[in-house]
Amino acid sequence: MTGDGVTRDSVTGGGTTGDGVTRGGTAGGGRVVTVETDRVRHAVAVLGRATFLAAVAGFFALPLLWLATAPFDAHPTITASVPEFTLRNFRALLDNPYVLSSLGNSVIQAAASAALVVVLAALAAYALSRVRVPGRDALLYVLLLLSSVVTGTAAMVPIFELATRLDLIDTHLGVILTLSGGLLPAAIFILKDFMDGTPTSYEESARVFGASPLQILRHIVIPVIRPGLATIAVWAVASVWGSFLTPFILLRDPAKAPGAVILYTLYTEGGSPRLDLISTFSLLYSLPVVLMYVFVSRRYGFRFHGGIKR
Amino acid sequence: MNTDAAGLGRARAFGFVLPALVLVGVFLIFPALWTIYLGLTDFRLTGLAAANPSLVGADNYLTALGDERFHTSLWLTVQFVLGSAVIGQAGLGFAIAWALRNRTGPVKRTVEGLVLLAWILPSSVVAFLWIALLDRDQGTLNAFLHTPGFAWLLDHPMASIIVFNTWRGTAFSMMLYGAALENVPPSHLETARLAGASTFQQLRDVVFPRITGHMLTNLLLISLWTFNDFTSFQITAGGPEGRSEILPVYIYNVAVSGGRLGFGAAVSFLVLLINLVLALVYLRLLRGRRGVAT
Amino acid sequence: MISLHGLTKEFPGGVRAVDGLDLAIADGEFFALLGPSGCGKTTLLRTIAGLEAPTSGRVVIGDADVTALPPGRRDVAMVFQDYALFPHMDVTANIAYPLRVKKVPRAEREAKAAETAARLSLSELLARRPAQLSGGQQQRVALARAIACHPAVFLFDEPLSNLDARMRLEARTFLKRLQRELAVTTVFVTHDQGEALAMADRIAVMSAGRIMQVGTPSEVFQRPANTFVASFIGSTPMNLLPGVAEDDGLHVAGAVLPPAPGVAGGEEIVYGLRPEYMDLADAARKDAFAGQVSVVENLGTSFLVTLEVTSPSGDHLVQAVVPEDAEPPPGARAWAVPRHPRALVYRHGALVVP
Repeated sequence: MTGDGVTRDSVTGGGTTGDGVTRGGTAGGGRVVTVETDRVRHAVAVLGRATFLAAVAGFFALPLLWLATAPFDAHPTITASVPEFTLRNFRALLDNPYVLSSLGNSVIQAAASAALVVVLAALAAYALSRVRVPGRDALLYVLLLLSSVVTGTAAMVPIFELATRLDLIDTHLGVILTLSGGLLPAAIFILKDFMDGTPTSYEESARVFGASPLQILRHIVIPVIRPGLATIAVWAVASVWGSFLTPFILLRDPAKAPGAVILYTLYTEGGSPRLDLISTFSLLYSLPVVLMYVFVSRRYGFRFHGGIKR
Repeated sequence: MNTDAAGLGRARAFGFVLPALVLVGVFLIFPALWTIYLGLTDFRLTGLAAANPSLVGADNYLTALGDERFHTSLWLTVQFVLGSAVIGQAGLGFAIAWALRNRTGPVKRTVEGLVLLAWILPSSVVAFLWIALLDRDQGTLNAFLHTPGFAWLLDHPMASIIVFNTWRGTAFSMMLYGAALENVPPSHLETARLAGASTFQQLRDVVFPRITGHMLTNLLLISLWTFNDFTSFQITAGGPEGRSEILPVYIYNVAVSGGRLGFGAAVSFLVLLINLVLALVYLRLLRGRRGVAT
Repeated sequence: MISLHGLTKEFPGGVRAVDGLDLAIADGEFFALLGPSGCGKTTLLRTIAGLEAPTSGRVVIGDADVTALPPGRRDVAMVFQDYALFPHMDVTANIAYPLRVKKVPRAEREAKAAETAARLSLSELLARRPAQLSGGQQQRVALARAIACHPAVFLFDEPLSNLDARMRLEARTFLKRLQRELAVTTVFVTHDQGEALAMADRIAVMSAGRIMQVGTPSEVFQRPANTFVASFIGSTPMNLLPGVAEDDGLHVAGAVLPPAPGVAGGEEIVYGLRPEYMDLADAARKDAFAGQVSVVENLGTSFLVTLEVTSPSGDHLVQAVVPEDAEPPPGARAWAVPRHPRALVYRHGALVVP
């Protein structure tokens, strides 16, 4: 066994670390050499991992710098830099008539869509997970496929026409229903996976005690998969909060537009972006989703629980 | 083994699925079918054909399939999906999950927090962040690298949006793989380590076989999402000269900017078909794996 | 009282987990369904509970045919193998859950839960979540939850399998005493014959969806009705040796044993004898199995000795339990002498009743 270690180490050790330890020790004392190279290799691994994680952190932090500095800068440029500190940008922002109302609109649209998505997806995912419906997997995959294609630009014309005919233009409801329809397939897909990972004995136990299916759902299933529901809710809110195209097309009245749309109106008369307002509003607009995420992940843990299994 | 743990019964199960199905049917399936119909017409945003579109049969499809710009766009999209979803998001996501797998404490929280932040921020905000990062004259990246005046978005538009989309979407893969790695029993890894397996061998022989299902599902989801992602429009608008015009942007440009709605719908349907093929390939792999595993 | 009539459960794909089964379980009886995994015992239990609908046949509990009733209306309580304690509820809420379903007012059901918990010495744990309990405590909470709703029948699925060895002995005694006190008809499933023998009033041994034998532990242990039950029951498996019944006696593995009533004339038989009824001699005898000691296992106060017996009819392993200090060394020649009155003779797999 020791002999094995020496030959392997002298190959890899020579290639990667290249120090004298392996070269010096090939004649005898194989055990010492193995321990030494193992220690070196361990150190290299730890260092490599630390470097990698630092690089990842840097990569993901870099674009965020601007968001952290520009809103407080008296003369914001596009460069992230140590700001000449001011809160004046926030006051200027609040002078824009649509800014505050757009936040309210975002809240209405995001909250209602998330509620709709969570309730409908939970019901559907539960039934699909627990009752054998022929072709349920194929159905889910087809819907998933459609949702990712259609929610892009592809079906904007039909959706506009549809909203016009259903009298949903310029209503929150139109935006809510359209966005929910697009989010539902993925939500059902992920929640069904959560359900599949929950033992059926919970429900059977409740059933033997005489609980009705709705009671089982209310007393057992929903509390047990609450982390999954919370994850879906956050995901739905974040998606709606950031979506631009659907509200842009379905809402004419700027008083009903959400923040994502209003952000693109913060230009000067000359057509150049007003960086002070844009950066400030970006920060303001990001905060609610970030806070919501922090709250939910503290409370329930934000994760795709058992992961998606199939 | 048991088919109906809660005693729902077929009828009630159908009732549970129905509301979701109605919403999806009206706001997803119906527009999709409509798109297919529009693809067969010469419907335009303005002009005579806007008021009174006429059926043109397969003309749009033939035009699209022969269109140089469509070919370029398709090829760019393939690069985009392979580069930012398969290699970028899935690769980086797995690497992060692996590096953090049995860690706790501030390092894990910081790295995960930053990665998740990139995912959770609203897309409109994110687009501005990257414009600010990559700007030619005042961009943070040029200031950081001391390369003033380097025009990232003009000289390397595809690379820019690939890196952008990796940054934007890695969190999902990271979380999914993080959860998947927890399903790998530590004893299996320890057995491999005792046998003297290197990290690569541990991954190949112990980890990957156990999480193939997760990996394929994740790849399916992020490939579909990336294929149809429109956020890059807010950064490069497909330019310069169409060098970052991936398919969703191409559709927007021809349909909305160019006004050729019927043609755009036809391209949309082609995209749907390509996505379908993509999904079938993944499902095939998934099923093949299941056939072997069980 | 529970009675099953011609009960069959066939799963999609044609697997018959329960196959035309008739059984009657008396009031207040502690009844074990025993068998190897996959024999259909759990499916049978779930069919009694109503979690599985039988393909054909009837389930009667008390005087009522409950075959078509949902589980909640059969007046049964079930304890699952994994206990199925609801992870988001504390012990009180878990125990009170059946009463909550029955719409008992909160104060009343919590009082009832506390009372039941006290009975199972769980009073200290009322505010804990299942994840904060040990395996034994979880089991008692699951029992308390079953007791709290005063059912006519208890159903336990492998109630002891999730406990460690020491806890299992304690829980066995506890469970048996509890059942005596409550005197509620109880059916439990187990794959552990020791558990079934120790706890049950009667045992049904199952194999491949059918009942192989029903009887009290002593009946099943002392007179297994067939070779399956004979080999399945007993902590050391019974010696089952093929042989021929001649007029001068039974010719089994080189030994000539006294004739048995009911078999003769060259019939092929299987000679069954528990190792506990086998003595070792150190000199050759005509009515003994001659062999070489291959393994000696320490059972504590006795030893299990395995002999390799070579005979014209083939090679066999014969086991004997000998008292401590009387064990032969491995490799020695030894002769295993059956206590003949204890022997069981099987023909075509079934016990020959004299």
